[in-house]
Amino acid sequence: MTTTATALKDWPLWEVFVRSKQGLEHKHCGSLHASDAQHALQMARDVYTRRQEGVSIWVVPSKSITASAPEDKDALFEPAADKIYRHPTFYDIPEEVGHM
Amino acid sequence: MYTQSFNVQEKPGEKPAAKPVSLENAESQKRFDARIDADGKIEPQDWMPEAYRKTLVRQISQHAHSEIVGMLPEGNWISRAPSLKRKAILIAKVQDEGGHGLYLYSAAETLGTGRDQMLADLHSGKAKYSSIFNYPTLNWADVGTIGWLVDGAAIMNQIPLCRCSYGPYARAMIRVCKEESFHQRQGYEALLVMMQGTAEQRAMVQDSVNRFWWKCLAMFGPPDANSPHSEQAMRWGIKRISNDDLRQKFIDATVPQANVLGVTLPDPDLKWNEERQHYDYGQIDWDEFWNTVNGNGPCNKERLATRVKAHNDGQWVRDAALAYAQKHQPQTQKEAA
Repeated sequence: MTTTATALKDWPLWEVFVRSKQGLEHKHCGSLHASDAQHALQMARDVYTRRQEGVSIWVVPSKSITASAPEDKDALFEPAADKIYRHPTFYDIPEEVGHM
Repeated sequence: MYTQSFNVQEKPGEKPAAKPVSLENAESQKRFDARIDADGKIEPQDWMPEAYRKTLVRQISQHAHSEIVGMLPEGNWISRAPSLKRKAILIAKVQDEGGHGLYLYSAAETLGTGRDQMLADLHSGKAKYSSIFNYPTLNWADVGTIGWLVDGAAIMNQIPLCRCSYGPYARAMIRVCKEESFHQRQGYEALLVMMQGTAEQRAMVQDSVNRFWWKCLAMFGPPDANSPHSEQAMRWGIKRISNDDLRQKFIDATVPQANVLGVTLPDPDLKWNEERQHYDYGQIDWDEFWNTVNGNGPCNKERLATRVKAHNDGQWVRDAALAYAQKHQPQTQKEAA
């Protein structure tokens, strides 16, 4: 096995976040393999922003991300479903009051 | 969402050195000014003048403290809410305020000041928070009035902050404003219901509005003529609309709402000015305002003591979480640490 092949195999996975426009938040757009953080940035530039899709990039080692388990979805998010009073539309405000 | 551990462009292990005043700084200042002039956003890793950073840390941390201390006057009524529905609503609202505090602390932390430091400043009394929370909530109508007037005033203040020049603060404010609409509406609706009730309930609403009206007007800060820092904050795009203009907007929006509700706003000088196309209003008692800001309001001591006690009482939870995390850390990480 050549050195390059070993390196490729060992390059960790990175998650890429791109800020599309000044003032907006970074949004996840995909992932890639790279040898280190600087390398990942460079690769992200080439892979995800060839058409000026961004003004700033974040890369995060994929293994640093802890994700909620799909089977926990109900336990995590269902309790918010019946709390409709958290939404402004729950409240009846007379029309003459206007926007509130 | 944002952390202070941002050191893009810094080599690992190297501490960001304080940059001496130099040609390079003048160049950075020029770029900063140009960005501000173009109505652009400043992000955590961008160069910024020290005074800009300091102003933001002060403003955002005070804003965060206000959200957290603001939970206390309303929390006072959770166990005594008149129905299960109102109780659930009030819990949801107080929970939101806690969340808003957390968004804001995180935004402040992107400027390099740790949360421990901010909390220490709040607990020692060094850092301020909105003066309005140093007044007591004496009856149930106060919960409605806080939603309608206090949150209404806060929304007026916060909407222009969504366009603030500092990115993390602006984005936190967008999130806060989205959630804040329910706060004002639930308060106004609760008062509407009381106004359809007994004479005693209507009197309770009027009494509450009487006590809070002037304090809400003071929330917008001193008149423009006596607000020395405003001009610089405007120049930096931190502040977009002056104190007096925001106050006027609030009054103009609130008078018709008071009419629909059927309450009187306690100001004999309050009347429509055809020429200005705004409501004229009376004199705000600024001595009282400053007295409260400086620690002598009716509830300053109680609020701060409650806050400090809550923090201290929670120490065992923080310790336990840390001990648990250390115990369950994978072996390899433990060795590396």
